[in-house]
Amino acid sequence: MKGYRKYFFNKLGWFAITFLAAFLLNFILPRMMPGDPVAAIVARLAQGMSNATGVQKIYQQYSELFGTNKPMLTQFFIYVKNVVHGDFGFSFSQYPRTVASVIGASFFWTLGLQLPAIIVGWLIGNLLGAVAAYIKGGYDKVLLPASIFISSLPAFGMAVILLVVFAVELKWFPTSGGYGFDLIPNWSWPFIWSVFVHYQMPFWSIVLIIIGGQAIGMRSMCIYELNADYVKYSRFLGIPDSKIVRYVFRNAMLPQVTGLALAIGTIMGGALVAEIIFSYPGLGTTLLNGILGQDYPLISASTLVITLMVLISTLTIEILYGFIDPRIKAAQSETE
Amino acid sequence: MKNSLRQLLHSGKFVVGFSIFAFIVLTVILFPMFIKDPPLSIIAQGTFFPPGIYVSVYDSLSSPAYTLKLQGASESRIASKLSEDDRGAIKDYLVATGIPESDIDTTNTEKLLEQWVNNYDPKKIIKGMTNAKRNYYVRLNNSLKGILATEGAIIATKDPSTGTLQEAGTVDQSAYVNVTQVPNVRLLLLGTDNFGRDVLNELVSATRTSLIIGLVAGLIATTIGLILGLFAGYMGGVADDIIMFFTNIFTVIPSFVLLILISFSIGQDKRGAVTIAVVIGFTSWVWTARAVRSQVFSLRNRDHVNLSKLSGHPLSRIIFRDILPYIASYVFMALILQISAAVLTEAGLSILGLGPRTTEVPTLGLMMNWAMIYQAQILGKWWAYLPVIVIIALISFSLNLMNTGMDQIYNPSLRE
Repeated sequence: MKGYRKYFFNKLGWFAITFLAAFLLNFILPRMMPGDPVAAIVARLAQGMSNATGVQKIYQQYSELFGTNKPMLTQFFIYVKNVVHGDFGFSFSQYPRTVASVIGASFFWTLGLQLPAIIVGWLIGNLLGAVAAYIKGGYDKVLLPASIFISSLPAFGMAVILLVVFAVELKWFPTSGGYGFDLIPNWSWPFIWSVFVHYQMPFWSIVLIIIGGQAIGMRSMCIYELNADYVKYSRFLGIPDSKIVRYVFRNAMLPQVTGLALAIGTIMGGALVAEIIFSYPGLGTTLLNGILGQDYPLISASTLVITLMVLISTLTIEILYGFIDPRIKAAQSETE
Repeated sequence: MKNSLRQLLHSGKFVVGFSIFAFIVLTVILFPMFIKDPPLSIIAQGTFFPPGIYVSVYDSLSSPAYTLKLQGASESRIASKLSEDDRGAIKDYLVATGIPESDIDTTNTEKLLEQWVNNYDPKKIIKGMTNAKRNYYVRLNNSLKGILATEGAIIATKDPSTGTLQEAGTVDQSAYVNVTQVPNVRLLLLGTDNFGRDVLNELVSATRTSLIIGLVAGLIATTIGLILGLFAGYMGGVADDIIMFFTNIFTVIPSFVLLILISFSIGQDKRGAVTIAVVIGFTSWVWTARAVRSQVFSLRNRDHVNLSKLSGHPLSRIIFRDILPYIASYVFMALILQISAAVLTEAGLSILGLGPRTTEVPTLGLMMNWAMIYQAQILGKWWAYLPVIVIIALISFSLNLMNTGMDQIYNPSLRE
């Protein structure tokens, strides 16, 4: 454990720097919006109001609330203070709910959907890719174009196709939502069953997309490894194939783990759009509602939470990678 | 160059991918030369007309009529008005009024209708029947009137002075018009969308816009990535450290989050197709930069580069003659992937409601967005969304296939 300290501190340092950069961008980008955001909000609120002093009052109140009348640096510190307290203000489109409560309600749906889907998709995809590389021939010839085609489909496209086939035509699964619209969330069996049934389609549409991409990558890596000198040498030595395959799989898997760390942002972005197709009550749908309702605090908080999720996933994968790649341990013990 | 082109043409994957892509591009260029309707003009009053050939009813009345004695014409006419479900419903009604089930034969249209006419009474109240069902039977009864008639229909015109109807002609049941002789016929190969626009026309225009977005975004991303990668890789040292610092940061910060924030900040009015393309390009250069840097890194101490340096060649010459040719295929492959990714990104953004503004040009993402908003997928209007998904998948598939094909040529270890 001790040998890993430098590796972990390095990764943690990068995490902190990246988060800081993301946080700054999250603050600055919307404020670079041409025009006064408060004026736009007030104009929407005050539609049909003829009382000029009333409009002026509303404008002042909102400027106070968001601190837009203060200099940028002060605004930033107010923002930091609020975020640290988990206070993102009120949601415009779902007033009087606070942004924190809206995000809190949708966060676990997204986490519960995407985390298992990404893990399952990654495992199945890598297994299929390895099998394709090992068997080659006809199986490989069918599987590769199929994988390329599936991974070419956008996540929302896969979601729509699954929705039409299994929900609209076959009526096996419900078309939208995270649970039956006639149920109130609780820990009863009907509710859990309803959640389970609603879970299937978004889950499998994400899994299928990931499988395609991972299988292609794993196949390439495995072919590369199978042609490596150590495999030929092992064959000369008469080491059984099953044992060689284990080495090959392990070596080919390492770049796939790094690949997942780098691709996780893109994967989650696609999955968020897939959520929208099923009106799944997660962050994707919340984001859509925010955009449709011009709900600026909600969008800003959603993107911050999504960024944080991506950063934490990346960090987790990188830490896991430190444990499974023996080279990192070796490099650490050399320096000490 | 010649050799690698020949190799490319021998790669099945590349050829297939290139053919699909070339077909799409050619269609997009040639189609508007023949069909000049503006893609966003609203032609249909109503939403989601199914695909088919639309023949003007008014014009076909004045077109020359031909008499064709075709077998099964009256059967198919009746079948179109009396579906299997309707027959079942009639049977249910008759059973409910007390006719034994064995007496009813739903395949014998004549007898079934006779029983229906004798037994149907709109005022009769049947126990347990909902109001909706009762109204359905009233509608069914109205549509069945005259279904077995054998005489034709009379066309009448209104006398403008007296307002009385005058017989202008009759349409026989065995009268046919030749579609080529009807002046107004419109082929809607993919029907119309929720706004009443020709989907095919819209789709071609949308594909063109999306490809342009992909190309512009891909070129911007590749150019930025190439310049930064060359600079970092060739210079090394502090320049490399600084560039890699930012590259590492933007690799981990999800680019779609940046896209959402920027697109939202730009505002609906200022978001044109090109603006979106530029934004996508500026948020997706990191991959190319990383790849180019590592390639240049391994190139810069090769003998031919060192020789060039010793000969006192200027930097531009070293870069253009000694480095770029070695990474050209690699950069081109990266460009292909960038184009494909940008088309997908635009579609994702548009579904989120952050696509280009909607008044001028359709994009594939916007078409998808409209179809989803009007619930085409739930209503079973497949022509509004399926062609869009297929085109997006085909663009992406063909480009990925080209990329894989090239990969196998330039990375010999991946060959089968």
